[in-house]
Amino acid sequence: MQLRRSTVADPTAFLPAADAVAKLGAAVMVAFVAFLSRDPVTPAILLAGVALVLPASGLRSRDLARLLGPLLIAASLLGVLNAVLAGTPAVAAAGDAPSRAWVGLGLGLRIAAIAVASSLALATTDPADLAAGLIGHLRVPPRLAVGALASLRMAPILATEWGTIALARRARGVDAGRNPLVAMRLALGALVILLVSAIRRASRMALAMDARGFASGIPRTLARPPRMRRTDWLLLAAAGALSGAAVGISVALGTYAFLLG
Amino acid sequence: MVDERGGGEAEGTLRVMGTSPAEGRAHTGLVLQDPEAQIIMSRAGDDVAFGLENRGIPTDAIWPRVRAALEAVGWAYGPNRPTDQLSGGEQQRLVLAGVLALEPDLLLLDEPTANLDPDGARRVRETLARILEAREATMILVEHRVAEWLPLVDRVVVLAAGGGVLLDGTPSEVFVGNEELCARHGIWTPGYEGRRPARPVIPPEKDSLLVAEQLSAQRPGTSEALFTRLDLGVRAGEVLAVMGPNGSGKSTLARLLGGLLRPESGQVTASEALSPGHAGAVVWRWPAQELVRRIGSVFQDPEHQFLTGRVSDELALGPIRSGLSEAEAGRRATELAERLRLDAVWEANPFTLSGGEQRRLSVATALASAPQVVILDEPTFGQDRGTWDEMLALLAALADSGRGVVTATHDQALVAALADRTLRLPAEA
Repeated sequence: MQLRRSTVADPTAFLPAADAVAKLGAAVMVAFVAFLSRDPVTPAILLAGVALVLPASGLRSRDLARLLGPLLIAASLLGVLNAVLAGTPAVAAAGDAPSRAWVGLGLGLRIAAIAVASSLALATTDPADLAAGLIGHLRVPPRLAVGALASLRMAPILATEWGTIALARRARGVDAGRNPLVAMRLALGALVILLVSAIRRASRMALAMDARGFASGIPRTLARPPRMRRTDWLLLAAAGALSGAAVGISVALGTYAFLLG
Repeated sequence: MVDERGGGEAEGTLRVMGTSPAEGRAHTGLVLQDPEAQIIMSRAGDDVAFGLENRGIPTDAIWPRVRAALEAVGWAYGPNRPTDQLSGGEQQRLVLAGVLALEPDLLLLDEPTANLDPDGARRVRETLARILEAREATMILVEHRVAEWLPLVDRVVVLAAGGGVLLDGTPSEVFVGNEELCARHGIWTPGYEGRRPARPVIPPEKDSLLVAEQLSAQRPGTSEALFTRLDLGVRAGEVLAVMGPNGSGKSTLARLLGGLLRPESGQVTASEALSPGHAGAVVWRWPAQELVRRIGSVFQDPEHQFLTGRVSDELALGPIRSGLSEAEAGRRATELAERLRLDAVWEANPFTLSGGEQRRLSVATALASAPQVVILDEPTFGQDRGTWDEMLALLAALADSGRGVVTATHDQALVAALADRTLRLPAEA
């Protein structure tokens, strides 16, 4: 089970080389505006804008498809299901089929815009750079950021251990067979073992970090201090412009609908 | 420092360089047993820089020190090497580099090579020898198996269980002439090799219990082959040792033989002797209840196999799963507990047992359903001499009683004392 993000094929492309916090900021802006709008036009424009950046992502088309494909399918499914089954109150209130379809489309595009923007930002960002960016730019406490980074490193190890525990159970003569209830009980037991193991590893890691002077009260420096270059500011500005333009065009066309009311 | 069994507690005062330990921390470097848990960052250079960042060293000064530290440990890769692609020995050397970059005056090492294969361990020792020559640092090393460390050590302190110093002096003062004292307290002495108890005469023809044919396996997630078209037989009354560096496929082979993994090509089948009436049955297709009656697998980490909250329930579980009545299962459980000295912890939760007790319990649970083949993955990992001797005697007794025993291990002393046949991985096809 691979928990690492797909490897960036070209680390010198625009997105991978951009500052982590700038990317995060741009994605949050786009996602927030998408979240606040209920109509399909605003997120559609946002998505179009984000699509323009795809060639500069440094990811191979195959990896891009694997990253975005499932998200887009899920978003479409949600939109369609909502429109057809009148799931949300907004859809139910819409009344006739074309209005329901409009609202469903809005929901699907909204989800797509949020998901694509954030996963693109995350997929082109090295976690260590993000941690350095959070500590350096946003003054996030190092204990949080480095702690999160260290636990990210442990995640694949725990995933492997989950597999080992399943094999160990088979060796003890215990398997679920076809009974889903038994399978669930076994899974819960395995989770407890995994929890114990995770806590043990975490304490060993905390000990090692303390031994190397972490959180000793001395002000920390950064080995790779993050830098905002002109292109990073441009990225942020472009995201802002895109968000503004999306809302503006939607309002001008009379289609804009705010989240509330 | 050599101590009798794991789980010591610190008492009394400790002064480091004239200040309290907390203040002396800046001059102390600590290396622990598990390399995986000591590496924080996903790139090698970043991990070495971690300690320097914590110390508040200015950014310009960090990278030259990182490069110097990596060179001091003989680092063959660049600073951008991903840390999850390193072997255990390389990881431990990276940890050393991280500690060295802080220029400590005192190096504390807690069984630094216990998790490593012999080659990795040797490189770590060589690196430490080089470091100690170059720097004026004091090293305090906690270890069980002292033999290979003696060239680096000036003084040996042996602790007794329950506190107190048993012996203190130079290596020759401590070990020469004190063999019996050390043996009584479970301390490894250099040159101790363990002896297999005398065996009954073995008939020349031994039944094959498990047959592996044309078995191939690849490193998970890659297409790199671990072994290709391997033919192997596990025979009754025989101990087969599978040796090789970490990552060479020992655990994979052990799991394939144990019917736990599906082979990518080739097959592992049971003979008539193992599975009467179903000769040639493919072992990975057996349901778990069938498997537990025929093949017992003991994993490297005993805790992965614990399923219940009490030692008594653990021991009875296998027999019950294999179809015995509760009364019969209880009887077997009691018998095994006595034999493996687990009766003292009969009601305890398996997670609260000591390392040696957990190891004995995991072997006992594998034996409880009376399998004919027993496969063990690193059974003598990090043990004191007493537990090691017990494990040796137990495995020998298993083989002598007509079972087939397979152990995947890099403990050369165990293999020398016990194995009838050795398979080295990576194997040539």
